[in-house]
Amino acid sequence: MQSSPAQSTPAAQTERGLRFFQRLSFEETLFGWLFIVPAVLGLLFFRLGPVFASFYLSFTKYEIITAPQWIGFANYTKLIKDALWLRSIEVTLWYVVLFVPLSLTFAYAVALLMSRNVRGITTYRTLWYLPSVVPVVASATIWRWGLNPEFGPINYPLKVLGLPAPRWLTDPDWIVPSIVFIGLWGLGNSVLIFLASIVSVPRTFYEAAEVDGANGLARFRHVTLPLTSSIIFYQLIVTVINSFQVFGVAYVLFVSNPSASSAGPNNAALFYVLYMFRNAFGYFRNGYASAMAWILFLVVMLLTIFLFYSQRRWVYYETEGGGS
Amino acid sequence: MTAIRFRQTVIRFLIHLTLAGGSAFMLVPFFWLLSSSLKAPHEIFVFPPKWIPDPVRWTNYREVFEVVAVVRYTTNTMTVTVFSTLGVILSSSMAAYSFARLRFKGRDIMFGLILSTVMLPYVVTMIPVYILFTRLGWIGTFLPLIVPDWFGGPITIFLLRQFFRTIPLELEDAARIDGASRPRIFAQIILPLSRSALTVVLVLSLLYNWNDFLAPLIYLHKRDMFTLALGLNALQHFESGLDWTHYVMVLATLMVLPVIVIYFLAQRAFVEGIVLTGLKG
Repeated sequence: MQSSPAQSTPAAQTERGLRFFQRLSFEETLFGWLFIVPAVLGLLFFRLGPVFASFYLSFTKYEIITAPQWIGFANYTKLIKDALWLRSIEVTLWYVVLFVPLSLTFAYAVALLMSRNVRGITTYRTLWYLPSVVPVVASATIWRWGLNPEFGPINYPLKVLGLPAPRWLTDPDWIVPSIVFIGLWGLGNSVLIFLASIVSVPRTFYEAAEVDGANGLARFRHVTLPLTSSIIFYQLIVTVINSFQVFGVAYVLFVSNPSASSAGPNNAALFYVLYMFRNAFGYFRNGYASAMAWILFLVVMLLTIFLFYSQRRWVYYETEGGGS
Repeated sequence: MTAIRFRQTVIRFLIHLTLAGGSAFMLVPFFWLLSSSLKAPHEIFVFPPKWIPDPVRWTNYREVFEVVAVVRYTTNTMTVTVFSTLGVILSSSMAAYSFARLRFKGRDIMFGLILSTVMLPYVVTMIPVYILFTRLGWIGTFLPLIVPDWFGGPITIFLLRQFFRTIPLELEDAARIDGASRPRIFAQIILPLSRSALTVVLVLSLLYNWNDFLAPLIYLHKRDMFTLALGLNALQHFESGLDWTHYVMVLATLMVLPVIVIYFLAQRAFVEGIVLTGLKG
């Protein structure tokens, strides 16, 4: 019997199959890379590249018109003696210390309330979220009035009752709390994220807890809290990172142009990024500003690593096999 | 039994009270903004606060166009918003498709790298990127605000990749057997099936670009290139010798209004987007 050309040996079949797969994977590789070309270029030119570039620039004197000039650690040693830089750290840390715990507890508490199925809950959710979509320039505009010590509605009830009313945006001691207050108004995002995680806790957990005789508080402590702790952790990190970078509100309220030499009375609104912005785009001290950027970057990174490390103690993940 | 029911009623009442009180607190500033935009300047900062303008000055909304280049600012903001959004959707969805569906060497490393930059502080990249655009001679144009968006956004890529992975593979296989190429599968199968995810990305990008303040502040310096955010900021610091507070309020209202409209139209997309990415503050 002669074998016809159409019938091929198993070996030939495997070979053809292999070639088919190779072609397939070549085709997949080709299009795979083609499709991510823009994103990879973006990664290189707008994210990773600049991170290294600013590291390099932080060791140079660079004022755009002349080429960067290597000056070693001079920028860093100058920073330590820069009173305004130290002031900006003070202002920013004060803000972080106030805003992070306040916003997380407040948002979580509100989310807990909103997870109850009371009538009209969707309307409440909609309204509470509304301030979060407002542009930062507009919310600064609004609260310039809202926190006005003479005419604003926040001091209105205090004044009617004859209580001492803070001078919010004009008293150096009250400026950071004012910015915290404005931030809390736009809390909707955090509330929404907490809410989503709270309502996704399976009902069966609560039922089991109830059978075991757990009251409301115990159910919260032993069911809700552990099962949403990964989201709390996540929100903690995001809030910390964002809090270090406050800019818009403070700029609109207290600074009129990039090289303005003050930010509020006694520089009480001189946030870290504001001072960095002034150096970079007001005075064109790009090396100096890059050193500031890198210090902020390092601090935020170390803090994030620390938080990740600490999470093992308090964040509960279902894969650890505790719950069901 | 009645004691328990009584307790529940009280709890319910307290929840309502808190949420309603909070809602009022959230809303009052909007109401005041609108009301101030219809007042004479000397009626805005008064004690006690005057809630209803009397008389209602509709003319503020006509006069503001003479004082500020509202049309210009709006056109500029829309130009930046539209082109940035277009770019970020196109470039990110392409990358997301590749990461979700194609197998090739280096894929997971690249995806990991891109994902790792999600939380990268904006301030670290700000100066070198500015220098890059200076070298390109793009300062003072919209390009620095638009072009980066054409090179993918990490969050957008992540969000779309998660969604693309839920599309049944069979649909893609069937198309491949019929001889469809990868770009065709992407354009004619994946994208049309992802309308809900694309809406989320669209809405978030529109909002982000419309509201953005820092990037326009860095790159746009001439008044006729200003976006609404810059215009609103400048108007507050503009020393005309006259009280222009009412025009500030009108401009703020005009800037906030479209955002609120979009929010109400696409509320579900908003909520989904925030919950999925979880990254905005």
